[in-house]
Amino acid sequence: MTEQRDVILIGAGHNGLVCANYLARAGRKVLVIEAGERPGGGAASREFAPGYTVSACAQWLYQLHPAVCRELQLERHGLKFAARDLASVLLDTGGRHLRLLGAQVEGEGISSADSDAWRSFHGRTGKYAKLLAKVFERRPPRLVESTLRDRLALAGLGLGLKMLGRDDMSDLMRIVLGNMYDLMEEHFDSPQLKALLSFDSLLGSRMGPRTPNTVFGYLYRRSGEVFGYTGAAQLQGGMGALGDALAASARSRGVEIRLGAPVAGIDMRDGRAVGVTLESGEQLGAQVVVSAADPVTTFSRLVGYRNMETGMARRVSQVRCEGNAAKLHLALDGLPRFIGLDAAALGQRLVIAPNMDYIERAFNAVKYDGYSADPAFDISIPSIHDPSLAPAGGHVLSAIVQYAPYAPAGGWEGPAAAPHETHRECFTRLLLDKLEQYAPGIREQVVACQLLTPADLERDFGMSGGHWHHGELSLDQVLMMRPFPGASQYASGLDGLYLCSAGCHPGGGVMGLAGRNAAREIIRRGAGA
Amino acid sequence: MVLSPAWSRSSWNRARGQAVAVVACSGERYGRPATGLQTELALRQYDAIVIGAGHNGLTNAAYLAKSGLAVAVLERNPYIGGATVSRELYPGWTYSNCSYVCSLLRPELARDLELPRHGLQVVPYGGGVTFSRDGDYYGNYYDHNRQYREMARHSQRDANAYERYATDVRKQTRLIRPYLLRRPPDPTSLKPRDLRDLYGFARAFMEMGEEGLADTLRFWTKSVGDYLNEYFETDVIKAHLGGTGVIGTALGVYSPGTAYVLLHHYMGDMDGNVGSWGFARGGMGAVAGALAKSFQAFGGEIICDADVDRIVVRHGKVRGVALKNGDEYRADIVVSNLDPKRTFLDIMDAADLPADLLHKARNFKIRGSSGKLNIALDGLPTFRGLDPKSPLMLGDMHFTDSLERLERAYDDWKDGTWSKDPYVDMLIPTQTDPTMAPVGKHMMTVFVQYAPPKINGGEWTDADKAGFEKSVIDQIAAHSPDFRDLILHCETRTPREIEAEVGLTEGNIFQGELTFDQLLFNRPFPGYAQYRGPVRGMYMCGSGTHPGGGVMAAPGANAAREILRDLRRADVVPAGYADD
Repeated sequence: MTEQRDVILIGAGHNGLVCANYLARAGRKVLVIEAGERPGGGAASREFAPGYTVSACAQWLYQLHPAVCRELQLERHGLKFAARDLASVLLDTGGRHLRLLGAQVEGEGISSADSDAWRSFHGRTGKYAKLLAKVFERRPPRLVESTLRDRLALAGLGLGLKMLGRDDMSDLMRIVLGNMYDLMEEHFDSPQLKALLSFDSLLGSRMGPRTPNTVFGYLYRRSGEVFGYTGAAQLQGGMGALGDALAASARSRGVEIRLGAPVAGIDMRDGRAVGVTLESGEQLGAQVVVSAADPVTTFSRLVGYRNMETGMARRVSQVRCEGNAAKLHLALDGLPRFIGLDAAALGQRLVIAPNMDYIERAFNAVKYDGYSADPAFDISIPSIHDPSLAPAGGHVLSAIVQYAPYAPAGGWEGPAAAPHETHRECFTRLLLDKLEQYAPGIREQVVACQLLTPADLERDFGMSGGHWHHGELSLDQVLMMRPFPGASQYASGLDGLYLCSAGCHPGGGVMGLAGRNAAREIIRRGAGA
Repeated sequence: MVLSPAWSRSSWNRARGQAVAVVACSGERYGRPATGLQTELALRQYDAIVIGAGHNGLTNAAYLAKSGLAVAVLERNPYIGGATVSRELYPGWTYSNCSYVCSLLRPELARDLELPRHGLQVVPYGGGVTFSRDGDYYGNYYDHNRQYREMARHSQRDANAYERYATDVRKQTRLIRPYLLRRPPDPTSLKPRDLRDLYGFARAFMEMGEEGLADTLRFWTKSVGDYLNEYFETDVIKAHLGGTGVIGTALGVYSPGTAYVLLHHYMGDMDGNVGSWGFARGGMGAVAGALAKSFQAFGGEIICDADVDRIVVRHGKVRGVALKNGDEYRADIVVSNLDPKRTFLDIMDAADLPADLLHKARNFKIRGSSGKLNIALDGLPTFRGLDPKSPLMLGDMHFTDSLERLERAYDDWKDGTWSKDPYVDMLIPTQTDPTMAPVGKHMMTVFVQYAPPKINGGEWTDADKAGFEKSVIDQIAAHSPDFRDLILHCETRTPREIEAEVGLTEGNIFQGELTFDQLLFNRPFPGYAQYRGPVRGMYMCGSGTHPGGGVMAAPGANAAREILRDLRRADVVPAGYADD
């Protein structure tokens, strides 16, 4: 065993690096151990074809907490925006697109009634999101056996609710457990507007617009506006730039980051975490182990069920984290020609989801481990704002696809219905067919193409089930129940082991708060000092 | 005509010998029909009028009458009961053609209103069965040990998990049951009574401890499919248990919030056995009949063929009701047993209602999701793989053997059509209650999901109805070779018929969907969840109020309690029993 450190932090994903940064600021000696060759985890840039670089997993920045940016001095350490406040454009095959940014919505299908309704809805849900954002910024209070601190937090939340006023408080308490489909039907006429808002509520989830819970998902995403992002933002160099800036900031504070060093297990002695063993066999000791890996990986693989008592083991096995989003990366030899959009407009966030029933039908398929021929897309062509991502004249297109099963029957490399086609090839073909409807000729422009299924995302980024949020953001798995009761305040329930990933409160979305809150909790407890 | 005070009014009625024809529990006429004669004008004055003789309306009326008020129940149909009816739609056969089994009827109310004395007899049926496509079945036995062996036949692991499952669900029901016979607390209110209720509500939760509280929160937010997956591995077992998680809802087994619905169907009891179900002898009309007799014993009047056109409001106060035939009935208290949409959008003038209420009423979700087949059979059908003498024949029967099939049935509803492979809850009550059919013959009741209120946005056509009927008959026939030939008569009800005949908007059997945005302090709408309407003297007492649908009678009783409180009269409505 080499020297005893204060903290070993497993995983250099963005939350892990944020946590390491704050721990170092408080004087801890931190070693971050990362399996991959680059820091950043799911915030990664990858050259998937010679000269073509894309954000391999997360592609938009829309929720990074301003305190994290400011306190860790990320801009000083190289973080640069290629574009900010990008509008969302819901595409229509006839060119009658819908464009939405902040409280403004415009398009041929938008009546003045809808415009007004949107402004009012936007304002009201903005208030709710503000309240929710406050909850995200601190550890979730325990409802029972709570400390004074928790009770004050709960009282604060209660007060915040009452301060909304009776009507808004009633409204929030009515809708928060509901589904976007019904809420949209209540407020708006335009199928496009309804589709765009409900699409925003379910990205990365195993939910459709009719699934209760999606209103919470919508408010969750709206917290981004509270944090200063009116629309999506794009980083110079791709999302990997965030990982790089966080790593640079961490190193400037004395954090040691070891890359290419996968961890085989967390060493437990007498029920206490005392260090890790790498796959190379090397053992490293520390006073405190923090895991930025998702909870299922942390508990079931790194700790092992034999080191937990059965109640905890059962709870871990019940955590739902089956990812249903895929990524499609296209290297293009020219600018794609989307119907009704000029070159400048192509730099915005482009969404394919003509109406809510379309999204719901795509969701239906994934419930049975299948995939629909009509999936929904969240498309980014980052090379427009950042030409460094592609060779001269060329472009990259990165799309989040909803929905894709973790694995269809027979696996992604298994045979699909059509002869001589694997599921992977079949799905890729369907995706390109769909894109062709909105951008005729795009097929011909494809130089290289990569599909990352949830299984691929799991393998490449170490996220169980390929789920971005490290666990479904459903109401039975949020707040004091995230990842499960007893482990919801960043202390895992096992001595000496802490959690700081998106699988903790508040959840995923490249926010950085899970890491920050975890660090504060560790410091508050005096662990690793 | 001099206005007499309430107490002497009701005794005057009794003195006039308003003896009403009391008929057998077959849903036949009760009470006198409405008349148009001016000389009857004086007779049309009451302390309270209840619109709709469904079981909640009758319960509400019974308690108001018990308190000494002069009460009339106005019913549109020539028979009472609403969805709690027995109808002889084929000579010799009695159908419980809407609700069909009894469990949730509050024992406190049944005893207090002396329903057994007034003719209600509920016989428990034990068990149920789900048939699978491979010819096997999963049986749910009443006997604990037999149940274990049957489960173990499918999976030892599931048999062992069942104990834990039953305990966990029962724990949750114990939390909910005390709140059935209480009005829901209003979290936005600062009134002392509400704050006290809210505090009590919160305390009960805290007493469960962290794990218990987390379990409860997870239960209320989980889908029934995910909940069952935590305990069981066998498809047919999960399907058998999961069906009750979606009955009456516009949700699927994987929709969050359906675990709560499972609870809703599990929290009734039969003679103290929580979670068991039974048949009312003579059909569900016996429940309405007993409630009606109890009401009349307190001096109440039921007036049939009285179709209310609107509630009359003047100067912000209720004055009574006006019928479609022009008759007017005068009362300072009008209680609507109709669903919230019908109450506020059909029989009230928009000018009398605040704008926010109109908006909420229009957005109230009341989409029907079920239909029904009521079938007269020439004999008892046999089912492949099941001994005709098996006790499982007496209970609920299903043919959907996996959660996936249940979910696909829901997908069809979302697509605006009836389920091609429906989920059915089928029973043959005549094996337990032979009074419902001639000797040796049988009656089959089939509750079917899913059926949307509209087919692809348009009204149900007769062809649609035939297609719906065929999908059900085909499914049952696939498991019963002699079934088709035994069918003498089939009454098929889609949401269209349910709305037209029973008055349940869009055919929703619960008078409003049971999702959290429409439960507790949100039912039917925030701000109007304590049975009081927006106008002085106007109240609501149907399943569209807390605690919701199912034949519980709790909404009717809870509403009566609030009315009596407003009148500063003694509370004659019993409190809920404390569970052991």
